[in-house]
Amino acid sequence: MIRFENVSVTYGDPGGAPTLRDVDLTVPEGELVLLVGPSGVGKSTLLGAVSGLVPHFTGGTLKGRVTVAGRDTRTHKPRELADVVGTVGQDPRAHFVTDTVEDELAYGMESLGLAPAVMRRRVEETLDLLGLAELRDRPIATLSGGQQQRVAIGSVLTPHPKVLVLDEPTSALDPAAAEDVLAVLQRLVHDLGTTVLMAEHRLERVVQYADQVLLLPEGVMGPPTDIMAMSPVHPPVVALGRLAGWTPLPLTVRDARRGAGPLRERLTGLRPEPRPSNGGRAGNAASPAFEARGSGGGAAGFRFWRRPTREALLSDALVDVRALGVRRGRVEALRRVELTVRPGETVALMGRNGAGKSTLLGSLVGMVEPTSGSVLVSGRVPHRTDPRELIRQVALVPQEPRDLLYADTVAAECAAADTDAGAAPGTCRAVVSELLPGVADDTHPRDLSEGQRLALALAVVLTGRPPLLLLDEPTRGLDYAAKTRLVAHLRGLAAEGHGIVLATHDVELAAELAHRVVILASGEVVADGPTAEVVVSSPAFSPQVAKILAPQPWLTVEQVREAL
Amino acid sequence: MSPAPRMIRAPEANRSNALHAGAWWLWALGLAVAASRTTDPLLLGLIVGVAGYVVAARRTDAPWARSYGAFVKLGLFVVFLRVVFSVVLGSSVPGTHELFTLPEVPLPEWAQGVRIGGRVTAEQIVFAVYDGAKLATLLICVGAANALANPARLLKSLPGALYEVGVAVVVAMTFAPNMVADVVRLRTARRLRGRPTGGVRAVLQIGLPVLEGALERSIAVAASMDARGYGRTASVPSAVRRTTDVLTLGGLLGVCAGSYGLLAAEGAGYGLPLVAGGLAAAVAGLRLGGRRAVRSRYRPDRWGARAWLVAGSGVAVAALMVWANAYAYEALHPGVVPLVAPELPLWPALSVLVGLVPAFVAPVPEESRVP
Repeated sequence: MIRFENVSVTYGDPGGAPTLRDVDLTVPEGELVLLVGPSGVGKSTLLGAVSGLVPHFTGGTLKGRVTVAGRDTRTHKPRELADVVGTVGQDPRAHFVTDTVEDELAYGMESLGLAPAVMRRRVEETLDLLGLAELRDRPIATLSGGQQQRVAIGSVLTPHPKVLVLDEPTSALDPAAAEDVLAVLQRLVHDLGTTVLMAEHRLERVVQYADQVLLLPEGVMGPPTDIMAMSPVHPPVVALGRLAGWTPLPLTVRDARRGAGPLRERLTGLRPEPRPSNGGRAGNAASPAFEARGSGGGAAGFRFWRRPTREALLSDALVDVRALGVRRGRVEALRRVELTVRPGETVALMGRNGAGKSTLLGSLVGMVEPTSGSVLVSGRVPHRTDPRELIRQVALVPQEPRDLLYADTVAAECAAADTDAGAAPGTCRAVVSELLPGVADDTHPRDLSEGQRLALALAVVLTGRPPLLLLDEPTRGLDYAAKTRLVAHLRGLAAEGHGIVLATHDVELAAELAHRVVILASGEVVADGPTAEVVVSSPAFSPQVAKILAPQPWLTVEQVREAL
Repeated sequence: MSPAPRMIRAPEANRSNALHAGAWWLWALGLAVAASRTTDPLLLGLIVGVAGYVVAARRTDAPWARSYGAFVKLGLFVVFLRVVFSVVLGSSVPGTHELFTLPEVPLPEWAQGVRIGGRVTAEQIVFAVYDGAKLATLLICVGAANALANPARLLKSLPGALYEVGVAVVVAMTFAPNMVADVVRLRTARRLRGRPTGGVRAVLQIGLPVLEGALERSIAVAASMDARGYGRTASVPSAVRRTTDVLTLGGLLGVCAGSYGLLAAEGAGYGLPLVAGGLAAAVAGLRLGGRRAVRSRYRPDRWGARAWLVAGSGVAVAALMVWANAYAYEALHPGVVPLVAPELPLWPALSVLVGLVPAFVAPVPEESRVP
């Protein structure tokens, strides 16, 4: 269905290093092929080459030949491939042309000139297939991230393309919404014989659905089990399988559980090593009552009441949020939220898209004014504190780290950060060099990869050495290597006594980093307790290792490795 | 209830019975034409009231429907501005009721005829208010159409030849709100860098990132549209293409000149034939141009009986007001010299009320139902 013959793509001057080099591959009809590899190896370029957007739209030079359903992309423009290839990019919002769900689903078919009766029937089918029937008349701007992603996929499905190309379809979604989207893709492959080519960093979500895995930059394609055995990027279930030496390598939690008996026996009697973190441990020791209440028998303890002892416990808290309520128009974004963070403690905020995680972080840096209740950060009221003073107390890296960067070179950005924070010149640059070895001073922030940009934004806000660090979706678009570096750095900060709060959908990240997990649902705290308890008790938020080794309290491969 | 009234009662709005967007625009333009034919503040107020009532009764919760308030504010601002100009720059209206005198700025010889400051009379203020109110009413009528009809739906009714241009315009229009959202987001992000969020410097510093963001987004949307088949065309002979261009351009010019004649009141004689001829040429041109387009339409709005009623009510209001100008000119244009209290002429007022028809016949949006 898709053939790449000796394809190389070069951006910029023709003599430069190619982004893709000599790719040769054939994707047969009706296969779900997963593209894996570290950031910057040309995954998006390869996907773009299938739909013809590379090189017709992006520029660059394409050598070799790409054919899709027998059509050569050199002689066919993207619009002439529109009936065989459907493409959804990384950001679904940049995909929409019309403003309501139903029109968006019909847009592609209208362009192809299908008969009205056919269009009507396919729109109805697609609405049912993707569970969008309730939303058919809704303006797209009012939908949640997961719903938008489904509309974007639906809008390319309606013309019945033979090939579906998806770039990170689940990275912006919460675990439940991601499962919905993947279930739909699997149905398409099984029922309609659609060929799906997709790139995704979160392998733990997708690898079990793949028929073939294509590993870049090597350009090797094969069955998932074989490729995962050698791939440098792999999900935790594979890492555990490799550690325990299981053959065949399991790809799903179910397979792994079947073979996990011996490992569980070896681990009986051992306990995961508690992670060194002065504040966290001090907090645990100081407040057994608090922890017990937080976990409330199970893990999902509701805590809308306060005990008098809490005042004494929280005197040294970095963050003290009480009965916080935030309203936007008639929507209550947050309701009676309670949160405390002590120095050295890492807290993960989880919950589905639109649960109020970003709003809570925003209220901690004064971007959002509370409607009721109180917020104190290091004893200050954030929205009434001068920004210049506030950045020495608290720093937030927003979902789009690019928002923080104004200058046109890394060096200028660092100089500005030093001035803003009143730090000695060179402070910021030193942090950048530690996080991002080998980035030149004159690089434009826009030319950095997603992970590099995040590191730069992190360095910029860390220049003021704030005791409290907030991160909103820090692992979006990061590969496993970049994630590992980030985790190491954040652990270092926590060990130095920084308090860290991260809002994330990434359960594996939460398992590795957080001492405590707080789950929000429609603006209320529904669970607050130690990571092991909260995460293990709810299937949607539990990491793969915990699922495999339940009921034993292991969360990460690293813990298991250390114990063995 | 017997079957007949049940059929007549307005149904709940959904995609299938949605009123044609063109009907709403014709209705609103009818009201606007009526407003342009009078300066009586009471009649103008009545027109605004009719438009407002229909909007309140029939608008949805969609983002584009929220613009009505903005148009009303704009209208009030126009009245205010008109009065300020009249006070500061003086007016040609002679008046005897002097209110106060502003210090006059002495101007050189060559600026004769221009006055800054000086005498301010009650007559000139009243005249300015009447004049401003007329303009404000026109704006509010446009706002009503905007709130009641989704602009993208109107696009669906465009002839095939114009569709692609129309899509480009609508997509371009969504960039204004997106850029405003970007500015808000980046301004709050400045707080995170420890910089004040207000002030001119803040706006200047985020200007470049906002523009870069807008440019990137437009490229992304263009790529998406291309990949989804935007701009697929069928090939047609070049003679047909040239005839299309001539007919369309010529027709549009005729329509422009003709509508100027119609609105200017003096040129009603040549206005109507020009508009008719221009429209005919343009329609022929667009029909011919439609041969190039391969696209089809998904559930276009149908022009049904209710659309006829809505559009007809607007046209009726306009026609009745034009007619009223013939039999009651004095009542529609209350004099300011000497100052007289405006009165509400009975028959023109009743004819404006015809514009309320859509509030009873148009399908009811789901959100406005009483729970």
